[in-house]
Amino acid sequence: MTCDDVKLLMHAYLDDELDAAQSAAMIRHLQECTACAASYDAYSRLRKALAQPGLYHRAPEALRERWSPVQRTAEPVVMLPSRRRRAPLAYAMAAGFAAALLLTSPAWITALRQRGVDNNPIVAEAISSHIRSLQAQHLMDVVSTDQHTVKPWFEGKLDFSPRVKDLAREGFPLIGGRLDAIDGRSVAALIYKRHLHVINLYQWPADSSVTAQSEVQRHGYTVIRWTAEGMRYVAVSDVSAGDLKQFVLAFRNDAGMPATRPLP
Amino acid sequence: MPTDSHAISPATDNIHSASFEAHVLPCLDAAYNLARWLARNDADAQDVVQEAMLRALRYFDSFHGTDARVWLLAIVRNTYYTLRIKTPQGSLHEPLDEDAHALVDAGPSPETLTLLAVDIGTLQLALERLPPPLREVLVLRELEECSYKEIAAITEQKIGTVMSRLARARERLKAELTCPPQGGTSP
Repeated sequence: MTCDDVKLLMHAYLDDELDAAQSAAMIRHLQECTACAASYDAYSRLRKALAQPGLYHRAPEALRERWSPVQRTAEPVVMLPSRRRRAPLAYAMAAGFAAALLLTSPAWITALRQRGVDNNPIVAEAISSHIRSLQAQHLMDVVSTDQHTVKPWFEGKLDFSPRVKDLAREGFPLIGGRLDAIDGRSVAALIYKRHLHVINLYQWPADSSVTAQSEVQRHGYTVIRWTAEGMRYVAVSDVSAGDLKQFVLAFRNDAGMPATRPLP
Repeated sequence: MPTDSHAISPATDNIHSASFEAHVLPCLDAAYNLARWLARNDADAQDVVQEAMLRALRYFDSFHGTDARVWLLAIVRNTYYTLRIKTPQGSLHEPLDEDAHALVDAGPSPETLTLLAVDIGTLQLALERLPPPLREVLVLRELEECSYKEIAAITEQKIGTVMSRLARARERLKAELTCPPQGGTSP
């Protein structure tokens, strides 16, 4: 292998794309030729520099929310104009397509309606938000098992002060918090664990005084909604319905009190 | 619509959309990363991804492969180039001067080695200055960790072309980092 061969094949070698024979020849050459070895070293450093996570652009929240399953069907036309620098053509195509989607795919709409009384878009939204939260690096914005760290973290990020309770003694340790969006507004999401399962608890100020607690099962997830002391709560998890009920009971009772108070 | 349950097949459509959600939505970060590096600003990148996702949803039937990421990234790339052609007032006008800048690979100087060790901002600017054909292979390889075969599929090129472009891109990037262009937009 000559230095000229090496110059090109070095990159395939760096990328682990050479076959065994060529790799062996490359290794031999790099041991003998200091110039090529130095060059290899420089490219290795370059690769390492490019691997810094800061260079990777993750999708912004706005985009992620636009593509959460519910909002894509329910409000694409509302979401789109909020973008300021949209190319007119892209905008027209997007709006046209969204309209076509709504016209031609009644399944999306029926999917939202099929649950009859339980047809609350918040349920679907909470489930998809829960699923999204389980994807890599999306679960928590603030990682702490201490409610006195999690609660102040929300300060200034929301227009209300969420109730944060650690329920470790009841078997639901608090592991962190996150900002999320439900029903078109920013909400606080508290993350609890039950064994290996994650429970997301969303809360935001209630705009009506509905107090009945409701429980919905969908796609293997349990969603419990309730309103208390002017706050709307939605708990989502794949733990058993009984466990989630117990969690809600623990949260609704003052922390530390035995979870025996009957629900309204 | 209970009145006309035979005309539509919600079950199929539900499976379809669930499959889209399961396969394509997890690739949103990858799609945005590629779009962001091609467009080099957030607003254009979001436009490209939004449009690409709509196309992906539209043509999801044609996805028969196993790797939705490669499929989606190819759509993102095509979307970027078509949107760019259709909006010529855009700021993106570099010629694809693959043969300009004859490569003078003088081996690593001590400066190279220190430069490479520091400053993510410099690295970002240097990468953004690369012409798109070089930038995209580098982003796909180094940030997205695609194999040559995957890059070839995404960019519709031969594997040999991918390899030589990657070599060229790295040489060029190294040169930029060793001796940044004078008078330009250096930080």
